[in-house]
Amino acid sequence: MMIFFRNPLALSGLIIIITILFLAIFAPLIAPYDPNYIDIDSILVAPNTNHIMGTDGLGRDVFSRMLFGAQISLLVGFVAVGIATLIGIILGSVAGFYRGWVDSLIMRLVDIMLSIPTFFLILAVIAFLTPSIWNIMIVIGLTSWMGVTRLVRAEFFSLRQREFVLAAETMGASDFKIIFSHLLPNSLTPVIVSSVLGIASAVLVESGLSFLGLGVQAPTASWGNILTDGKEYIQFAWWLSLFPGLAILFTVLGYNLLGEGLRDILDPKNINK
Amino acid sequence: MVNNKIIFFLPIISFFLLISCSKESDQIIDYKDNYLTEEGGEIINAMIGEPSNLVAMIAGDSASSAIAANIFNTLIKYDENLNHAPELASQWIISDDQKTITFKLKENLFWADGTPLTSDDVLFTWRLVTDPNTRTPYASDYLLVKDAQTPNKQTFTVTYEQNYAPALDTWASLQILPKHVLKDEDINNTFFSRKPTGSGYYQLDQWINGQQVTLKRNKNSTQGQALIEKLTSRIIPDTSSQFLELIADNIDLMNINPIQYQRVFPSREDLKQKIGLYKELGNGYTYLGFNLKQAPFNDPKVRQAMNYAINKEEIIKGVLLGLGEAIASPYKPGTRWNNESLSPYPYDPSKALALLKEAGYERNPAGILVKDGKPFEFEILTNQNKQREMTAVLVQRRLKEIGIDVKIRVLEWASFINRFIKTGDFKAVVLGWSLSLDPDQFNIWHSSQQGPGQFNFVGYENPRVDELLELGRRELDNDKREEIYHEFSKLLLEDSPIVYLYAGYGLSAINKRVQGIKKPAPPAGIYQNSYEWFIPQSLRRNELAVQ
Amino acid sequence: MLIGISLISFFIMQLAPGDITSNEAAFNPKASEESRQKLRELYNLDKPVIVQYGLWLKRISQLDFGNSFSSHQRPVLWQTKDKNGNITKGLIQEALPITLLINLLGIFIIFSISIVLGTLASVRQNTWVDRSITLFVFVGFAIPGFWLALLLMYWTGVVNQWLPISGLHSPGYLGLSEFDQILDLLKHLILPVLISCLSGLAGISLYVRNGMLEVLNQDFITTARAKGINEKKVVFVHALKNAILPLITIVGLSIPGLIGGSVIAESIFAIPGMGKLFYDAVLMRDFPVIMGILTIGSFLTLIGNLLADLGYAWADPRVRKGLVR
Repeated sequence: MMIFFRNPLALSGLIIIITILFLAIFAPLIAPYDPNYIDIDSILVAPNTNHIMGTDGLGRDVFSRMLFGAQISLLVGFVAVGIATLIGIILGSVAGFYRGWVDSLIMRLVDIMLSIPTFFLILAVIAFLTPSIWNIMIVIGLTSWMGVTRLVRAEFFSLRQREFVLAAETMGASDFKIIFSHLLPNSLTPVIVSSVLGIASAVLVESGLSFLGLGVQAPTASWGNILTDGKEYIQFAWWLSLFPGLAILFTVLGYNLLGEGLRDILDPKNINK
Repeated sequence: MVNNKIIFFLPIISFFLLISCSKESDQIIDYKDNYLTEEGGEIINAMIGEPSNLVAMIAGDSASSAIAANIFNTLIKYDENLNHAPELASQWIISDDQKTITFKLKENLFWADGTPLTSDDVLFTWRLVTDPNTRTPYASDYLLVKDAQTPNKQTFTVTYEQNYAPALDTWASLQILPKHVLKDEDINNTFFSRKPTGSGYYQLDQWINGQQVTLKRNKNSTQGQALIEKLTSRIIPDTSSQFLELIADNIDLMNINPIQYQRVFPSREDLKQKIGLYKELGNGYTYLGFNLKQAPFNDPKVRQAMNYAINKEEIIKGVLLGLGEAIASPYKPGTRWNNESLSPYPYDPSKALALLKEAGYERNPAGILVKDGKPFEFEILTNQNKQREMTAVLVQRRLKEIGIDVKIRVLEWASFINRFIKTGDFKAVVLGWSLSLDPDQFNIWHSSQQGPGQFNFVGYENPRVDELLELGRRELDNDKREEIYHEFSKLLLEDSPIVYLYAGYGLSAINKRVQGIKKPAPPAGIYQNSYEWFIPQSLRRNELAVQ
Repeated sequence: MLIGISLISFFIMQLAPGDITSNEAAFNPKASEESRQKLRELYNLDKPVIVQYGLWLKRISQLDFGNSFSSHQRPVLWQTKDKNGNITKGLIQEALPITLLINLLGIFIIFSISIVLGTLASVRQNTWVDRSITLFVFVGFAIPGFWLALLLMYWTGVVNQWLPISGLHSPGYLGLSEFDQILDLLKHLILPVLISCLSGLAGISLYVRNGMLEVLNQDFITTARAKGINEKKVVFVHALKNAILPLITIVGLSIPGLIGGSVIAESIFAIPGMGKLFYDAVLMRDFPVIMGILTIGSFLTLIGNLLADLGYAWADPRVRKGLVR
């Protein structure tokens, strides 16, 4: 544990993320206004004592929307990555364990998915389905499992020949047990790092989708759509650009720092030092 | 650790540095009050999409029509007061039985390549648009002509089966194409669409794919010479980029939104000084449409209640920042077709509730409206349009106050049309109509137009309205037509198949170097006399400079 | 595999409600449904999916990617000449070079800068140099692209008139000398390239840093140092060569990405590249274009994988020697 604190990267990342998680979870308590409360008389008001982050095009308080937007951004991140990791672990284990034609098939699938630029795929599918939070999360998840699959598979390859696996096999353990009790737990390191980094990327993808009008839809607040609403007035209504931009920046930064920090910490070479 | 703090503040500091240091244009231009007209110069505007095909009858997109309008002519046009005026035709005579129109073309008309423009070209164009092999969606009006003749080179006559009042309007839309160039070409697939020969003020100079289209003056223009020598349209898909280009003086003209008009420009003295703002009422409106074939909106009381429950002034103030008007009929305010005696439903939630009560809806203890045990809830569908989304949000809020639960779904256009509109699988939509200048609205409101893909998708049926629409199409006397459409509007307002939300203003920002723009905008809008705009020599951009 | 990709793409298209005839212009009260129906028949959109796929496959086998469904009917891949000798350029023919240029410039910048940054960071590990570079790189990774793009456009184009704001050429472009034209193009490309390679820069820098750290700890480096070899040589010649090997695989893997333009960057910077082409085609249900782009993409992936494998084999002397033996 102490190693954790000695690594400034991971530490800063963790602090940032915990802060944001805190704000997101307690949003309903902290937010001074209902994020959907429209006030026609206060359209695009600069930050002042009433609205510390100003108001948007319909007079809604930006600070409150930012807090609830945190919930959305994090939700999108967690669920999307959750889906991707789940699929990745399953496919990667199967490919890494059984090898042979199963492996080839799965790898072909990975190649096919990789050859279609991910963003294109997300765009195409979201454009066809209605852009809702769930569709976005599912689609991002369904298009980012390839990396995890490869990682798990690679770990399985290298671990499979180790003694403890051979021992388990000799003892007659079922495939299932070997995969779940022995191989997987030891393969999780890169998966954890990749997941943390994946959350960061999902947040960025959501903001990109919002720019194209395919992100989280009105009236739900998300950092991406607040940023997009303000893009035509970056100089006039700077608060609509600054706050969500910084929020996305720091959140993604936090996850990346945490991820890289974890990578350093969990790296077996470092553990032995 | 010190670094971490610096890195933390750096983005914030940089951001403010970026946006606050406004040493943009050091030069203050002293705009005179009275410039003398001069020829020459170049005006640069921005378009969101690229034109696809400069043959207007084939292309569907607005970018193509905008460019083609400068290159081609029609038989007649609209003057600044929206009256029919000569363009290629100097006069048009309607026969006594009202079924034949005789157009007399002006003398000495030429195409840009010097070939004379005659009635043969008009006949050729009409044949083309009515040809079943031509991939045009606009044929229906021209198919109503049962016979077209060219008794001589200056005369073109059309005879209709029945009197068709919108006829003249259709001849103001058909861009005349050159027979001598196109007679051996397949109009659906001809290079002409990318390199046209026209007769209008301008001709195509250069088209750099994906980037810009430049037009230059046509020496053989049938309408005389425009003043500005070059029109360049830059293709800039993102409106925030367009705005940056405008304030950096790289483009002269763009459409702006209400916030830019009402808030951004007024806050910047330096911008107001060099860029002029213009507004004009468009010929269209935004509405909340209902599916009249199903509950709950098959009940007129419910629809009228919606009308009372929605605060239209608030929507105009909130979404358009006041730059729009509430309407009570599907016509442009200020024109004769608009029934001035009608007023929009006022905002009156108690009246709405009373009507809903009559329709069987009661408020339960939680304040929700319930009928037969089921709460009043529905979904509003709309497409990806910022203003429509904001409008839907405001509608949602007001309806919530009287106990109706409204959800909003924003859809991508093609999905919207195909999965929901065509199949009739919707309860309510926020959409807009962009209308032609002729008052005929048969396609939208007649009960025969309810098929999939047709425009009466709300499912409106009113026998008296059907009758009026049919009469209106055949009545060529404008005064009588006015009465017909006034009654039509009245019935429409009573039945409330849709709630008129607003008619918005078209807003433009044009650099002050462009002189000659009429302000305030005449009924036909500011672009009607764009060929009279000019750029004084002293204000011209240095065309060779690479910035 | 090509068949696999085309099949998947084709069926995803069919998921989409609507087709080319349902664009916004079609909702004009003056436009009739019959004409839209005719258009559908013309493009075989009313036939069963399998038939449509079969027809497309037949054309592709003759390298005929067909024409776009939209009203300009331009050829999807390469230019065509009509009977009068007029040349209509192909859609991909025009969009691909632009995207390739931006991506190649980007890759060049990414690799040159990140090798420098990564090496520097690894050599001065845990000093302020390392920390700043790492943090700078992370921030670059974390910034939402379009936000940074707009801010930079404002700063470099409006506040200070240093760079053009959008587009690929200045309006007076064709009047310039050849050299000036190239300069003009480069000026327009600075911001788009910067924005699109920012995250790649971050990733690769980190990769190089970590790779170098690993290599620098290995025995043969210690040996080299013990032998008294100049430190610079140790780092740049011995260590770097080994750390860079995995980068080759990365280059190979990024080849399919070469043809993918970023829709967002292209919209903001008004660049008519592959990203915008694909996005517009998706929204318009322009199947020939969509299928064309996806097919080329998968083809390039195959090539990329092949090159990456070959490149790695060539660069890694261990593999090379193994092959010879």
